[in-house]
Amino acid sequence: MKLAILGAGDVGRSVADLAGEYGHDVVALADSTTATVDDDGIDIAGALERKAGDEALGSSEPDDVFDADYDVLVEATPTTLDDAEPGFSHVTRALEADRHVVLANKGPVAERYEELRALEADSAGSIRFEATVGGAIPVLSTIEDSTPQAVTAARGVLNGTANFILTRMAAEGLDYEHVLAEAQDLGVAEADPTFDVDGTDAALKFVILANVLADGGFSLEDATVEGIQNIPGSALDLAAEDGRTIRLIGEATRDGVRVGPRLVPENGPLAVTGTRNIVQIETRNAGSLHSSGRGAGGPETATAVLSDVGRLPPL
Amino acid sequence: MAAVSDDPVDEDEAETDGGVRAYTVRLELVDEPGELLRALSPIANNGGNLLSIHHERGNITPRGHIPVEVDLESPPDRFDGIVDALRDAGVNVIQAGAEHYGEEISVVLVGNLVERDLSNTLSRIEDEADAVVRDLSLAAPDGTDAVSSARIRLAIDSGRSDAALEAIRAIGSEKELTVVEPLLGGDSA
Ligand SMILES: NC(=O)c1ccc[n+]([C@@H]2O[C@H](COP(=O)([O-])OP(=O)(O)OC[C@H]3O[C@@H](n4cnc5c(N)ncnc54)[C@H](OP(=O)(O)O)[C@@H]3O)[C@@H](O)[C@H]2O)c1
Repeated sequence: MKLAILGAGDVGRSVADLAGEYGHDVVALADSTTATVDDDGIDIAGALERKAGDEALGSSEPDDVFDADYDVLVEATPTTLDDAEPGFSHVTRALEADRHVVLANKGPVAERYEELRALEADSAGSIRFEATVGGAIPVLSTIEDSTPQAVTAARGVLNGTANFILTRMAAEGLDYEHVLAEAQDLGVAEADPTFDVDGTDAALKFVILANVLADGGFSLEDATVEGIQNIPGSALDLAAEDGRTIRLIGEATRDGVRVGPRLVPENGPLAVTGTRNIVQIETRNAGSLHSSGRGAGGPETATAVLSDVGRLPPL
Repeated sequence: MAAVSDDPVDEDEAETDGGVRAYTVRLELVDEPGELLRALSPIANNGGNLLSIHHERGNITPRGHIPVEVDLESPPDRFDGIVDALRDAGVNVIQAGAEHYGEEISVVLVGNLVERDLSNTLSRIEDEADAVVRDLSLAAPDGTDAVSSARIRLAIDSGRSDAALEAIRAIGSEKELTVVEPLLGGDSA
């Protein structure tokens, strides 16, 4: 497949870097200001080097990407809430041109799922978005394989930053502020960790899961969301006395989405440690399935994007 | 209801107050006058508190005894002593320890627990969530004027955990407390 990649951050760059390994060509790569476009395949190494040196990716405008001869648009621009722009318009343009779209950007699938599905229905192209939920962990494809109707709920830990903070608080008996500062020093938490610790990022992923289970109907405003900012070390100590710990757990069913700090057994499957993620898929006929792994990171997320590309039918 | 003391709030360290649990004991009594009274006296004498007696007249075991179900409360560490005392008194104890309430859940409350009147919070939970507080651990590392945490173990009737948690959530939000609920459902509860 010929890929056009929008976004040259951790994810977009890794997709470009790994595309060849998966047998795909990259015909365009754009960041917020410039793009490099070549229907015979761009010079990926050169573009990545220029990006690393803070130079322009190429002489084209980001908009020129849509004129390239591509099969799949990879949407890896920043996740935005509400109208999910500009991601939503990017997806619209590609579908209207009868191309496939693979998203890493959570915004459009969480906030405007039904509109995306309607656009897809009128297009020869289709959308896939494995990378939006749980990075490298195959969550959506597991649900797809079990058929969404046979899945009753998805639960788990889908934010590595919050999980890292809770793990360290429990292990070291330290308070939230202290561990957050440590996580920022280690590069685990971003300079502005708001969406990670207030539950928004996890909620977006569980909203996407609920949309897949119920075939739409949910956006962030339908989710009940609570973060971990108010959890003191003493709460984790009390939980530990009882063989439990506290994790930022999300739940998605056809009835709704909830994210918040919850008590889980200390040695249970959902009490993953550090930045690890886990998803428990509850099925009607086959009990629960658990998948855990790295929920974020450039190459990890790019793997999910490229697996999606591999699942697309030829146009 | 269980006797829950609020005393631990005076301590700086987490501790449980020991708590009281409800138990059901099934006895077989000989059909003789005074037998029931004789059978039940070891309960009170060993620190138990009699809650109720179910005595089905006309229901007789093959050996001609009368089955009686007794609900009682006691501190968990005294329950075995009660059963032993019943047996020592010649009472035939068929089954002991089946709990009166079908489910137990733990929640952790976080916030200005003492300022928000912890004992009132607990009694409201018992009333509004239809639960019995089995025990309470409080951790107030920065003193009771600061944010503290409490773990509460609750006994509730089977199948009522969702409704109970909803009631606790409502009390929590009214009192500006963070309620950390257990995750029920799946294999994770
Ligand atoms: N990182 C992960 O582990 C992960 C995992 C799952 C999903 N995601 C999602 O994947 C997406 C990309 O993540 P990331 O970590 O790569 O983000 P990032 O490092 O912030 O990169 C975003 C990229 O998008 C570019 N961009 C912004 N507006 C654009 C526009 N209008 N047209 C074209 N490019 C535009 C930015 O350009 P400049 O370089 O010029 O600023 C930047 O290169 C996000 O939606 C994120 O939520 C990320």
